[in-house]
Amino acid sequence: MPAKKLKTPAASGLSVREGDALLLVGTMKGLFLFGSRPGRRRWSMAGPFFPGSSVYGAAFDSRAGRKRIWAAPSSMHWGAELAWSDDFGRTWERPEVPLVRFPESSGAALKNIWQIVPGRASEPDTLYCGVEPSGLFESRDGGKTWNLNQGLWGHPHREKWQPGGGGLTLHTILLDPSDEGRITIAISTGGVYRSDDGGRTWRPRNRGVRAEYFPDPNPEFGQCVHKVVQHRAKPGRLFLQNHWGLYRSDDGGDTWTDIANGVPSDFGFCMGIHPKDPDTAYIVPLHSDMFRCTPDGKLRVYRTRDAGKSWQPLTRGLPQKNALETVIRDAMAVDSLDPAGIYFGTRSGKLYGSADEGRDWALLQEGLPPIVCVKAAVVAKRPASQKAGNVRGRRRAAAPRARARRKRAA
Amino acid sequence: MAVRFLVPGPLRPFSGGESSVALSASPATVGDALAALRAIHPGLTERVLTETGDVRPHVNVFVAETNIRDAAGLATRVPDGSEIAILPAVSGG
Repeated sequence: MPAKKLKTPAASGLSVREGDALLLVGTMKGLFLFGSRPGRRRWSMAGPFFPGSSVYGAAFDSRAGRKRIWAAPSSMHWGAELAWSDDFGRTWERPEVPLVRFPESSGAALKNIWQIVPGRASEPDTLYCGVEPSGLFESRDGGKTWNLNQGLWGHPHREKWQPGGGGLTLHTILLDPSDEGRITIAISTGGVYRSDDGGRTWRPRNRGVRAEYFPDPNPEFGQCVHKVVQHRAKPGRLFLQNHWGLYRSDDGGDTWTDIANGVPSDFGFCMGIHPKDPDTAYIVPLHSDMFRCTPDGKLRVYRTRDAGKSWQPLTRGLPQKNALETVIRDAMAVDSLDPAGIYFGTRSGKLYGSADEGRDWALLQEGLPPIVCVKAAVVAKRPASQKAGNVRGRRRAAAPRARARRKRAA
Repeated sequence: MAVRFLVPGPLRPFSGGESSVALSASPATVGDALAALRAIHPGLTERVLTETGDVRPHVNVFVAETNIRDAAGLATRVPDGSEIAILPAVSGG
């Protein structure tokens, strides 16, 4: 029997216009959407969608004229699934048979979907999902069907990967914009792996990244990598937040350099990179693995503008007293506007944002469930060819109103 | 008499809104009943069983008053006319 799509009416969707900033905020109890005009001074909110389900994975796909929000609600009872909305949350489609599922031969069952990543602009029907347990799924038909990447699933290291606190998760997928064969992924705890042949084979890329919980702190793999970010214009430039340790790579992950210079702690989860400047990155340091809260009760984002040679605290607008917060691995995002917007959400349900690259911060929303995922996007403008048609359409629609106005005036 | 599944509220989007689903076949076991249910409403069975065919850890399935975890699991016998209740476990956070 073919899968039926179940349209699930949602409470209300988000009203957005072309060029608006969009935030997808996944929480332990559902997904929330936030929208703002490009100035990002005021935000409107919609949600919760999928109330009661955690949403660790979300993405906005604007390729090929789409305006599609992907979400990965995971019910403690009924399992994880992929759903999507083409109208900013007014309606959601949930296939009756979940799209992402392990093949019988794998002997595995899906626990959660941690990451949804649209493919490169040059491959508009390709998408990736990173899941627990430690699998990479790929779709080549716009998300209709998904397949487990066998090269990674069959990797001889897999049996030695160990689950971290969040499970054995594949949480980071980075697609090199300049090399269609190169994909970098990260697993907690397995470390960074890279494919240079489109996902057929994978090699660990952890040289220089410590694993202080092993007798040998410099293993080939097994690092508990919390997040990796990559610069789009300079894809060899990566930053990595480890379970203890901050690192930079300038060679696509072949080697890593310790850059924990001037931070209160090199323990943390989240990470962001500036959309234009490859030397600028953002983190939220936490006290330690034994006390995963912001040090000294101060909520501080740290920013480097020199590729990690130094880090400066950003505090304006952030609480600097009694703020014992936790920001987890996917709860930070950077938009592509100018100046760049930086956003993060806390385990205590507060969403913060900066519309000026981190100089000033504002509490955008509080009282949300624990935030586990923040994704930023800009609602794409329609191509000129589509716009011309719409202008004619608007003129046609406006004509009766104009006639009515003239009549009233007369 | 037909075997009947009782469907909890959160799963009714997958049963066409119905609170119960009657099977025309006479399954011998709970596993057989869920397989027959899959042919009618695949979305229901998908949310009760994992890809490996196990009952999801936070889902309980009862045949009459008996939790199948306390009986023979999916091999639990289903007497003719039984009601099989799918219930979310008391878990969450």
